[in-house]
Amino acid sequence: METEGNSRVRVLIAKPGLDGHDRGAKVIARALRDAGFEVIYTGLHQTAEMVISAAVQEDVHVVGLSILSGAHNALVPDILDGVKKAGLSDALFIVGGIIPEDDIIELKKLGVHMVFTPGATLTEVVEYIHNNAPKR
Amino acid sequence: MSEFEKEKAKFEAKLRESDKKLKPRKTRFSTWSDVEVPMLSTPADLEQDGFDYSRDLGFPGEFPYTRGVQSNMYRGKLWTMRQFAGFASAAETNQRFKMLLAQGQTGLSTAFDMPTLMGYDADSPRGKGEVGKCGVSVSSLEDMEELYEGISLADITTSMTINGPAIVIMCMYFAVAEKQGVPRDQVRGTLQNDILKEYIAQKEWLFPVKPAVKLVIDTIEYGTKNYPNWNTVSISGYHIREAGSTAVQELAFTIADGLAYVEESLKRGMKVDEFAPRLSFFFDVHNDFFEEIAKFRAARRIWARLLKERYGAKDAKSMMLRTHAQTAGVSLTAQQPYNNIVRVAVQGLAAVFGGTNSLHTNSMDETLALPTDEAVMIALRTQQVLAEETGIDNVVDPLGGSYFVEALTNKVEREALEYIKKIDEMGGMVAAVEAGYPQNEIANSAYHFQRMLEKKEKVMVGVNKYQAKETARDLKTLTIGRAVEERQVQKLVALRAKRSSAAVASALADVKKAAEEDKNLCEPILTAVKAYATLQEVCDTLRGVYGIYREDGKF
Repeated sequence: METEGNSRVRVLIAKPGLDGHDRGAKVIARALRDAGFEVIYTGLHQTAEMVISAAVQEDVHVVGLSILSGAHNALVPDILDGVKKAGLSDALFIVGGIIPEDDIIELKKLGVHMVFTPGATLTEVVEYIHNNAPKR
Repeated sequence: MSEFEKEKAKFEAKLRESDKKLKPRKTRFSTWSDVEVPMLSTPADLEQDGFDYSRDLGFPGEFPYTRGVQSNMYRGKLWTMRQFAGFASAAETNQRFKMLLAQGQTGLSTAFDMPTLMGYDADSPRGKGEVGKCGVSVSSLEDMEELYEGISLADITTSMTINGPAIVIMCMYFAVAEKQGVPRDQVRGTLQNDILKEYIAQKEWLFPVKPAVKLVIDTIEYGTKNYPNWNTVSISGYHIREAGSTAVQELAFTIADGLAYVEESLKRGMKVDEFAPRLSFFFDVHNDFFEEIAKFRAARRIWARLLKERYGAKDAKSMMLRTHAQTAGVSLTAQQPYNNIVRVAVQGLAAVFGGTNSLHTNSMDETLALPTDEAVMIALRTQQVLAEETGIDNVVDPLGGSYFVEALTNKVEREALEYIKKIDEMGGMVAAVEAGYPQNEIANSAYHFQRMLEKKEKVMVGVNKYQAKETARDLKTLTIGRAVEERQVQKLVALRAKRSSAAVASALADVKKAAEEDKNLCEPILTAVKAYATLQEVCDTLRGVYGIYREDGKF
């Protein structure tokens, strides 16, 4: 699955909030690593500040948030704002998890580029990041 | 060559010919956990395993309980129909409980929201946006009183899915029962309270592993002495499986968790036959029909033998693995969600063939949101159809003696025992968890399964085959608004104003002192919750003594 040029792309996979469902986040992190991306996984139970600080510190191209607890509407805006204000204005924002369709529309209005829901394949995620990560 | 061997050789020659004409559809046939299975099992397989009816199966209700823990199984008592429920506030969940009981459910099962599971109150900034979302929000005894309002705790068994702060929630439940005037020996139910599987799979933890296990042993000690019919721990494979393990890993890690609680309770000075009868289990029941049945049968045999041989248990109840089962949430699909009803029915059937003592059948919409009343009703009716219309309640362990099921039961048992041996060699489950061993094994299996899905080596109908354009839009789902959070916060403000802050402060100081002195914490926590100290106040007090747990970002 490795695609040329992925090695310079740094991807943060984050688990904001108190949600403990990390199966998907870990599977995605592995798939991205296998595809050649540089992957940083935050581990669980991160506050918005923790995620923002990890994104800035690692100077990531992509921020992937995994949320299966239904708290996406409360958690995503703070992180999105914070990361942009901290200077990563071109970062690609992806959300993965159980997100109702109406909320996907709202999240996209806020600036989330893509939302992956159950049934999305690893190949789709890898290709999406390959094609859309900012070139710096 | 025996007559059987001659016939077998003849059959195999014929099979080679027919395989040429009609080539097998796959080069390898395997279970959902990717364990290769034979096309046909015969007496030769059981002979190879050294199968002995009396030793390996015995009669139902008799050691090693492979065929079930009761002699007459479902003829005497149907499995308990126990739908896991909890959302929004205590008052709303109380209504759902009453609806389920009115519809013929026979036990309660309580789901708590993420802040409660992590020991935070509804007004904690850590729980922003999560209050009442994945379960009911409980911050104090006041919420707990509302949760069971109008439900006689003397007449119902209640299961509570809570682990990190289980000791606090248990004390709240006992306080409610006491206020209702229920005698202690009539308080029946189950506290999940299985902290090891939190580090392994469910990931809702508070403290580092060792003090967290100490709290579990406190509740076992207190429960055993004071609440003789209370199941102190529900040793749970469910979350391990949902996190991506195989059936064998689920079984092995669960049993190894159970062994750790036994070891720690013995170290505390309790005798095995005092506490082991109140340990119960909780397994997933997944897609692969026979693999699941084999898993339940093997689980009972392994536990019975280990308790007898390793710990010298004499009371039959110590050796009996009594279990709840839940159909596999992870098998449900957001695509074409009505298909989930069928999956749940088949999984429920496997749980009953496996001899479960209690069952939750998932609602078809649970992959999209918490279930609606209508979806829960279909799920409950699914169990009722299994119980009343199919005839499986007539007979005990009807698959016992099947060459395939017995051979598979043996295989699952052998492979689980290999894992258990490995964990023993690491120093037991506490050490294995601290080393990240089961966590890593599960992550490997989850990744392997996802790769199989992508290659279509495993098929999920509607997901990677038989897709349809249709979406879930026509299915009405439950939404929990922000108003719940606001109401819960206001309630806490009011509670803090009306309770005696001196009584709360003094009770919390006692909790702290008992924790520092390594004493059993149940009595001081009971006093604190009765004074309406909040969940988080008690947990923060303990965090101050024990510290917190953090997992590294390994994947």
